This record gives sequence, structure tokens and C-alpha cells, in this order.
Amino acid sequence: MPHSPLAEALRGGGWLGDTRAQMSFGPFLLLAVLEGTVMAAVLALTAVGLSLVFGVMRVVNVAHGELYMLGAVIAWFVTFYLPLPPAMGWLAALIIAPLLVAAIAALMDTLILKRLNYDPEATIVATIGLLYMLQQAALTFYGPDARPVVAPFQWRIQLPWFGYSGYKLFVVAAALAILLAVWLFMTRTKAGLVMRATQVDRETAQAFGINVDRVYAGTFALGGALAAAAAVLIVPIQQAHYLMGHDPLLLSFIVVIIGGLGSIRGTLVAALVIGLSDGIISMFFSPTLAKIIATLLVALVLVFRPQGLFGARA
Amino acid sequence: MSAGTKAWGLHLLVLALVFLAQFVLPSYHATNLARIMVLAVFAMGYNLAFGYTGLLSLGHALFFAAGLYGMGLPIWHLEVAAFPALILGLLAGGVMAGLVGILALRTAGVSFMIVTLMFAQAGYLTLLYLNSWTGGDEGFVVARSARVLFGFDLASDTPRFIAAFVLFAAGLLLCLWLVRSPFGRVMVAMRENEERSRMLGYDPFRVKLITLILSGVYAGGAGAAYGLLFGYVGGSFATIQYSILPMLYVLLGGAGTVLGPFLGALLMFYLIDITSGYTDAYFFVVGAALVALVLFAPKGILGSLRERVLQWLP
Amino acid sequence: MAAMIEAKGLTRCFGGLRAVDGVDFTLESGEIHGLIGPNGAGKTTFVSLLSGRVPVQSGTIRLQGEDITQLPAHQRVRKGVAYTFQITSVYPRLSVFDNVALASQSHSAGNVAEGVAEALAKVGLTGLEQAIAGTLSYGHQRLLEVAMGLALKPLVLILDEPTQGLASGEIDGFKTLIRSLVPNTTILLIEHNMDVVMDLAHRITVLNFGQVLAIGTPTQIRQNRAVQEAYLGGDDAAG
Repeated sequence: MPHSPLAEALRGGGWLGDTRAQMSFGPFLLLAVLEGTVMAAVLALTAVGLSLVFGVMRVVNVAHGELYMLGAVIAWFVTFYLPLPPAMGWLAALIIAPLLVAAIAALMDTLILKRLNYDPEATIVATIGLLYMLQQAALTFYGPDARPVVAPFQWRIQLPWFGYSGYKLFVVAAALAILLAVWLFMTRTKAGLVMRATQVDRETAQAFGINVDRVYAGTFALGGALAAAAAVLIVPIQQAHYLMGHDPLLLSFIVVIIGGLGSIRGTLVAALVIGLSDGIISMFFSPTLAKIIATLLVALVLVFRPQGLFGARA
Repeated sequence: MSAGTKAWGLHLLVLALVFLAQFVLPSYHATNLARIMVLAVFAMGYNLAFGYTGLLSLGHALFFAAGLYGMGLPIWHLEVAAFPALILGLLAGGVMAGLVGILALRTAGVSFMIVTLMFAQAGYLTLLYLNSWTGGDEGFVVARSARVLFGFDLASDTPRFIAAFVLFAAGLLLCLWLVRSPFGRVMVAMRENEERSRMLGYDPFRVKLITLILSGVYAGGAGAAYGLLFGYVGGSFATIQYSILPMLYVLLGGAGTVLGPFLGALLMFYLIDITSGYTDAYFFVVGAALVALVLFAPKGILGSLRERVLQWLP
Repeated sequence: MAAMIEAKGLTRCFGGLRAVDGVDFTLESGEIHGLIGPNGAGKTTFVSLLSGRVPVQSGTIRLQGEDITQLPAHQRVRKGVAYTFQITSVYPRLSVFDNVALASQSHSAGNVAEGVAEALAKVGLTGLEQAIAGTLSYGHQRLLEVAMGLALKPLVLILDEPTQGLASGEIDGFKTLIRSLVPNTTILLIEHNMDVVMDLAHRITVLNFGQVLAIGTPTQIRQNRAVQEAYLGGDDAAG
């Protein structure tokens, strides 16, 4: 994994290499758990977007990682060009990026996916095409460089063993708040109810006068907005780069499948397990090995337990 | 003229034209054509699985890479000669496809796509993980002294073209014979209606596994030949991109047509070649082509042609 | 007559519903056996158990004395149990020839073209070999389906509502066709059209709520009080 947040944290904190041996096991594990939690929170946000789209529309959006990337790139543009202090600029990005990405996603749905009648295989091929189109468009307009976005605030929490970025803890809190908002939206609002009704039975929903086209466009937009929000949260920690969508896509796939396709609760549990274990496993073993195991696990889950490990039913 | 005579006649004519092209084309384009012929063999293998049998795989890069490394590693580490190495590569592709198939063919549709994608990803990561043995991402150069087949130096233009042509011709004629054979009919029957085919006495799992292995042999042969003819073995050939390209070639040329993969590879190769002269984001055309094909021409060029004029086209 | 198929205690539940409930059934070699019953009586599930499309939960199935209970569907087809679908299930994008050839080459790799010609001649579709199956009329598609069953050269041919949607003229031709198949082929016929069953069948089994209600000749079945009450007298009367 080229962008392991853990490896970066260790590098940034000067813990990698010879100092590593000096840190005793307990604090070392604590650091791993902290990093894993940050990763799990962002992953949960991204994966819930993917899971929502699959659950409601039965569409596997291979371009989901690129929507995430767009979120980060837009965040860079916003913070770079808007003459605002870092905190305000970042806040503006947190609003603008998800909205813009949602609009792009809604366009993708109406112009392409809808015209394919959401045929499962055709939509996968189409979203693979969109993956390359978005990625290469970013290369053209944003360029090949990785660029940083300044964090909205810079304080460190000093623990007895090491200092830890307060912003990272804020990321966890923000991700939880957004997930809570999504949950409230899905369970407490009419729009959420309509979405869930469409998920259960598209034909009946249509018969009851629900505009399925609009629900689908809205769901796809919401999925994209969640990915973009996750990216805006992460971009002060990791830089924005046109190829950054690859890893979140793969990890979201892993999470959504292991959690049980279309099950939001399973997705959250799996995000926590994968985020934490990836952080911890990567600390003690090679991150590549951790990824090999995770991808093989996903394949085997789909073959032998298609309802996922944590999902109640498919 | 019977459909059979016409079919054999057309394909032999295409082969003759391709063979003669080397005497007309400038060296740069002759080398390109050699490359295209090898890639077309890869795509023909993909077409057997996808176009004829309906197995939409996202993991064929794994079989191509199995051939590439199945040829390259024995040459590198054991100094095996070119011909046995080529055969080893061919077999490696088939064995890998068989192993993946035994598991992946328990799933269908979208799950099959994701399972094959995950296996291929795991394969790619394994190549990176074992980098001391595989050369990792950078890969390795196949020694020029090893690139000699039956006394011909594959690094020079004419023998390379002829070697690529022999592989291409063998692949094309075998494919033509196969799809016109009773087994070819069963492959199509699986694509069209698996349950009906079962009730005609065919074991879907067995038919699909045989097809996938055959497809893997094609991909492996192409991978092995690619490494031998162009002298380089590298991890990039195992990335998802090399699963997408044969799919694109087949979709463009026409899924389920014998000449489609070659036509698709030819057009796409030059489309990318020309675009890359203008921009770094040349992969945009790959994405745009995928989207355009699923939206407007899901049958591809030869598929549409067969539908309208040339009903006899195999 | 020897038993072609002998089923004992066949049971299959879907959720709480016992779709087929302890059915004993014997198909005599060379007979035309009708299978009737009200909608939801378990007829299609029962023949799906025989053909292997649905796995058996308990009970045994023997084909000419050999236990085939555990064989998957495609192997039962190879052993001679052919099934034609209730909903026409030809390959619509393939030619008529290819449709029948798939059946014929499954039975023997020998002369496929001959097998195809023979099967098509029996159902009267000769000359339509190159037509695309999906473009045929509904009646012709039903006949093509039967031709595919015949080309398998089966011991037992299970026909699931073969006359559904056929015009009356086509039904007469169909009856003649079925009579010409026995005794070389044993026929199990699920049929809603009571005239066709009564006319064709040597024996009839009546299913109701997944159980055998009666077995007998058409005359016996017609006179059976229980059958009249459960079935013939009901809404689903002979049509």
C-alpha cells in the first residue's frame, strides 16, 4: 500500500527505522489502533457510499474511487483559489466538493447508467470507462503532481509516549457525524424512506408513484457525495493526486463485500474491522501481504459466503 | 458457397493480408503490427470466455501475467531455452485459469466479475510481494541471448514479425475451428441460456471451466510471446489495465466474432498511439470508448455487421 | 410392463410449504402418463424432482431400477430423462438447426445433421432449419421445444404443459405426434387441457396439495368421487 496512513504517521513522527525499537509494545499498539481508527472512519464513509448505491440501485460503481479522488482534487482547488484562512477554506471545500461531485454523479447516472437500464454487467463496463475518463480528466486539468491541502487547524495532543495530530481525531468525529446524519436521513426523512422502499421493491415503489429515476439519480449523487466528503476529510493528511482513487476503491469493495452487499450495518462493521486490522497487520507484517490476504478473502467470501461475513442476509 | 467455405476463405484471406503487410509497412508499423497480433491472441482468448460463453471476467491480466512470468522466470532463474519457456508460459496461463475457474465459476454475473478482479489483484500484489524473485514492479529484461527460437533471433524485425504471425494464425484458425465445432455451439448455448443447456445434458460448470482454461492458454501464450518478442517482463502487465484492454478490444471489434478481437486490438492500438502523441491523458480514449460502446454499439463493429449484412460471419 | 421410473416417498418443502409430500409414483415403460391437479398442486415441483432441476429432500428415484436420486440434472438427461419447459425456452437468438443440434449432439456425437432432420420432420418443422428460433410463431416455438426433447432420444420425455397456447388445429397434430412416440419413448404429460389428457393418457395421476389423490385410467379418474370434488368440480374445471 503506497499511502498507508500508518507508515506516513510513523515516518512523520520519526518512529520508523531505528527509533521503532525504542518504543515499547503498548504505545506502539496504541498508535496502530489510533491510525486504524482514522482509516476505518474514512473507509466507512467511502464504503457506505458504495454500499448505498449497490443496495438501492444494484449497481457496482467501479468509478467510486474516482469520485473520491475528485473530492480531494476539488478540495485542493477550493482551498488554493478561495482567499480564505485555512479553516474557512477547508470548510468551504467540505461543502463545495461533495456538492459538485454529487452533481457529477447525478449526471453520470442520468446520461449513462439510466440509458443502460441498469443492466448489471453493462453498468460495470460503463463505470470502468468512467473511471478512466474521470482519472484522465483530472490528469489533464489538475496535473500529475500530488499537492497538499492545509489542515484547518494544527494542534497536537501530547500523550505520554508520543504526540498525536488533533486533526486526525477530528476526522474520526466528523466521519461519525456524517454517518449519523446519513442514518437519520435514511430512517427519519421521507426521502430516506422513499430510497429504502425503492431498495426493497422497485416495481412496487413505482406503482406507488415514486419517481424511481429521481431516486436513483439522488442515490448515486449521495454515494458520490459521501466519497467526496471522505476525501475532503483525508486530504490534509494525504495529498491530492489523480491516481489516489485506486486504494479507496479496492478497500471499499473489500469492506462492502465482506460486510454483505447492500447491508449498511455490515458495511460499517466491516469498515471498522478492515480499517483496524489493516492498520495493525500492516504494522507487524508487510502491508502488501495484508492486502493480498484481504483480496483473497474477498474472493473467497463471494464464492462461499455471498451474503458477507457480517451481513445477516444478502 | 456454403457458410463454411466463406468463413474459412475470409479468415485465410485476412491472414494472407496481414502476412504480406510486413513487406509494405515501414519498420515502426511492422513492429506495431507484431505487437497487435500478440495482443489480439490475448483478446481472442478473452473472447472465447466473454464473447462466446458469456463469462465476463475482469481478471484476465492474471492469465496474461502467468504466461509472461511462466516464460520469463524459468529463463531468468534456470536459463531455460526459449521454446520450452514459451510452452511453460502457455501452460501457466491455462493452469492459473483452471485454478481461478474452479472457485470463480461457482459464482456468476457481477460476483464472477468481482471474484476474478480480486484474484487478479491478489496475483499482482503477490508479484510485488515476491519482488526479490520476480523483479517486482520494475520487472526484468529477458536476456537477448535467450530470445532465440529455433535459431532465429526474435529481437530482430523479420523473425519477430513471423513468430508473432505464426502465433496469431494458429490462434485465429483454432478459434475459428472451435467456434464452428459442436463444442463451440455448446459454449454459445451456455451464454444464451444456462438452465436450458443443463436440461439438454450439459454440465455448465464443466463447459465453462474448459472454456476458461482454453481462454487462459490463449492469454498465457500471448503473455509468454509478448515477453519473448519484446524482451521485457514487468508487474504492470498484471494490473487491472491488462484485464480491461482485451475486454475493450473484444467489445470494439465485436464480441462473439472470430475476427473481432484482432480488429478491436488494431483500431484501439492506433487510437491510443495517436492520442498519446497529443496528451499524457491518452487513457481517456480507453474510458470514452468503453462508455460509447456499451451505450451505442454493444455488439461492436463485426457484431453489428453480422446482424445487418454478413449473417454467415462466425 | 416394467417400471421405467419408480419414485418412492418424494418430498420437497419450500419454507413451510410441503410442495411435494411423500409421493409414490410409477411410470410404466412405454405408456403415456398424464399428471393433473389444480394450480399449486405440486405438479411442476414433482417433475422438477424427477428431472433433477430441484434437489430431493427425502425419497428415492429409480430409472430402470438404477438409483438416480443424487444425480445432477444434466446427468439424468444423459441417462434418458428429458424435460421440455413449461415456458418456451428455446434459444431465441440461435437458428432452429442449432437449437435441435444442441440436443442431438448431446445424445450422440455421431451424425448430428441426421438427428436434427429426423426430429424436425417428426414435429413438422422441416425447412425451417435456418430460421432464427426467436422469430418463429409461438406454436412453432412449442414444437421446436418438443423437437429438442425428441432429438435427445430419451427413454422418458417429460412434457410440461405442451399444448398451452396452441391453436386447436395444432393440438390435433400434437396428439398424433405424441401417439407416434410410444412405446419407444415413455411420456409423462403435465396438462391443463383435460380433453388432451383424457384422450392421450393411458393412465393418469392426480396430485392435490402435494399428495397423490388418485391413480387410474382416464375412465376411472373421471368417475373418481374425490377427484371430482377436489378438482373437476372446482373453479379449475376442464377447459
